[in-house]
Amino acid sequence: MSEQLVNAIADMREEEALKLVKEMVEGDSDPLEILDDARKAMDVVGKRYEEGTYFLPELMLAGEMLNQITDILKPKLAELPEAERLGKVVVGTVAGDIHDIGKNIVTFMLDVNGFDVLDLGVDVSPQKFVEAIGDFQPQVVGLSGFLTLAFDTMKETVDAITAAGLRDNVKIMVGGGQMDDQVKVHTGADAYGRDAMAAVKLAKDWIGG
Amino acid sequence: MEKEQAQMSADEKLEANIQKLLSPKGPDGNDLQFQSPEAEANYKASITRIADAVKLKEPDRVPVTVLPSMFPFINAGMTIEEAMYDYDKCAAAFKEFILEFEPDMHIGAAAPGPGKFYEILDYKLYSWPGHGVAPEHCYQCNEGEYMTAEEYDLLLMDPSFYFRNFYLPRVFGALGGFQMLAPWTSTLEMYGLAFNYVPFALPPVQATFQALFDAGAEALKWAGAMGGSNGELTTLGYPNILGGFTKAPFDVIGDTLRGTKGIMLDMYRRPEKLLAAMDALVPIMIGMGVGAAQQTGNPLIFIPLHKGADGFISDEQFKKFYWPTLKQVMMGLISEGCIPFPALEGHWDSRMEVIQDIPKGKTAWMVDQSDIQKVKATLGQNACLIGNVSSSMLNLGTPQDVSDYVKNLIDTVGQGGGLIVGNGAFFDEAKPENVKAMVDTAKEYGAY
Repeated sequence: MSEQLVNAIADMREEEALKLVKEMVEGDSDPLEILDDARKAMDVVGKRYEEGTYFLPELMLAGEMLNQITDILKPKLAELPEAERLGKVVVGTVAGDIHDIGKNIVTFMLDVNGFDVLDLGVDVSPQKFVEAIGDFQPQVVGLSGFLTLAFDTMKETVDAITAAGLRDNVKIMVGGGQMDDQVKVHTGADAYGRDAMAAVKLAKDWIGG
Repeated sequence: MEKEQAQMSADEKLEANIQKLLSPKGPDGNDLQFQSPEAEANYKASITRIADAVKLKEPDRVPVTVLPSMFPFINAGMTIEEAMYDYDKCAAAFKEFILEFEPDMHIGAAAPGPGKFYEILDYKLYSWPGHGVAPEHCYQCNEGEYMTAEEYDLLLMDPSFYFRNFYLPRVFGALGGFQMLAPWTSTLEMYGLAFNYVPFALPPVQATFQALFDAGAEALKWAGAMGGSNGELTTLGYPNILGGFTKAPFDVIGDTLRGTKGIMLDMYRRPEKLLAAMDALVPIMIGMGVGAAQQTGNPLIFIPLHKGADGFISDEQFKKFYWPTLKQVMMGLISEGCIPFPALEGHWDSRMEVIQDIPKGKTAWMVDQSDIQKVKATLGQNACLIGNVSSSMLNLGTPQDVSDYVKNLIDTVGQGGGLIVGNGAFFDEAKPENVKAMVDTAKEYGAY
C-alpha cells in the first residue's frame, strides 16, 4: 500500500495523486494495488463526509480523481475487479421530476460505501421502478424528488411496487427537496433521509454491513 | 423641498421608497384610484404592516403572505401549460387566488412566465410543459456546464461580451448569431469602424435579431397582462411590493454558468479565478436589483439562495466562497434603499452565526426548513423572517395542523415584531383549506 497515494487522494491533492499514480504505473506497480489504494482513500473520504468535515466539493473531487485513476489503470487491467458488495440498491428521481443532483450524490455515496447501485435516472415511471426491482432484485429502493409533485408520484411508485407484489421484498427510502417524515407517511415508504449519509445509514441498517 | 436621490442616506432612500408605495400612481401618473375606500385602507395598512415588520417594529398585527410557485393555477384547475401560454387566463387565476386568500402581500402572477417567449428563443436551460415536462408539471432547470472551466478569464475580461457571445448562444438555440458579433467596445474611431458591423448583414445574425424582435413582442404582450393584473389587484387593496430579483454571485456561477459540479471542482482547482469572477459579479448583481427596483417602483428584491445551504459546502468554504460576495450584494441594495429578500431554501441552520452579520431592520428572509426558533435567536435579531409553514404541511397536513403551527410561530418568532407569516418554500400542490388556515390564523391570532 502507498500511504502517500491514499493521503494525497483523501486530502484532496489532485495533482499529486495523479502524478503518483502515473509514476507507480511506469514503475511497474501492480495496478490492482493502486486501485485498492484509491478505494481505501475513498473510504477515508466517505468517513470524513460522514463526520461532517467533508462536503460536496470533496465528494465531487474524489469522484473525479477516482475516474481519472481508473482511466489510467484500465489499459493495464484485463478487467476491472469487482469489489465485494454489501447489497443492492435501486435509486431514481420519480416521475415528473427531472432533478438529479441529490440523487447522484446518494448514488455516489452508496457506491463508495460498498453497495451495488442501479441508478434509473430522472423522471422514472412507477412501472420502470417495478421492472428494475424485478430484474435487479435490490433489497433497498431510494426514491428521490425535489418538487411537491413528487409527494404523489412517490406514493404512486410505492403503490405500484405493492400492486406488483414486490413490496415485502424491499425497504423504501425517500429523500430530497421538500421531503420530510410527513411525506414519508403519505407515500407509504419505510423511511425519510435528509442527506446522502442518511441514505447510507438506512441501507446499512436494512441490509447489514 | 425633497432631497435629491443622490444626497439621501440609505435610510432616507428606504423611507422614500416606502412613502412611494403608500401613495401609488396609476398608469396616467396621477394618484391611483382605488375601487373603494376600504380597498385603499387595506392596501395602506398592509404596506405599513410589512414595512414595520421589516424594520423590526411591532405592527398592528403580524402580516401574512402567500408566496406560491404554481399553486394559484393548479388551484384554479388549470394545467401549468395553460398558465404559461394563456396570459389572460393566468392573470385571472391569480386574481381569484388573491381574492380567495387575501394576503397582506403578494409577488404577482409572473411565476409561470410566457411559454411562447421561451419557445421563440428555444430556451435550453429549462424544460417546461410541452418541452420536456408534462402539461401539469412545473418547469425545471437543466443544470449543466454552460461555461467551461477555461472561460473564467473571458468572463472576467468583459462579462457582458462573454454572456452575449458565449453564454446566450448555448442556452438559447435561436441566438447563435451572437457568436459572430464584435464587442461593442471595438467601436472607437471612424477608421475601421464598419468592419465591426459586417456581421449584421449575415443571415445567422439577422435570424438572431428577428428571434429577439419576436420574443420581445411576446414578452411585451405577457408583461401587459402581468402589469394589468398587478394594477387591478392594487386598486382592490392587495399590494405587490416585489421589485425584482438578483442572485448571490456563488449561485450565479453554480446554478447558471458552471453547474454544481463545475463550481465545486473549481473551489479546489481554480479558487482564485472563482473568487475573482464572483467579485466581478458583485456590482452587476447590485445593478440588477437596484435597476429592477427603480423600474417597478418596488423596493423588495428577491434573492433565491441555493448552494450555500447546509450540507453543500463546509462552514469554512461558506465563509470564504459564499457569504462575502452575497453580503456585498445585499449591502449595495440596502445603500440604494432596497429591501433584500433572500430565501433560505432548504436547511441553513449551520450558517446562522455567519449570516446574522447584517444591518438591523433592512432585510426580510424567507425561511424554509431551518429551525425557525434558532433562526429567530440569531439572524432574527437583525432581520425580519418570513415563513415557515412547510410544503409538506400545506400539502399533506390538516387546517388544524397549520393553524397550530402558525399560532406557535406568532407566540414565539413573532415576539417583538420581525415576523411575516407565510409558507417556507415556493409551492405547487397544496390543500386550499390549509393555505386558508395559514392566512386566517395569522389575521385572527396575530394582533400585537
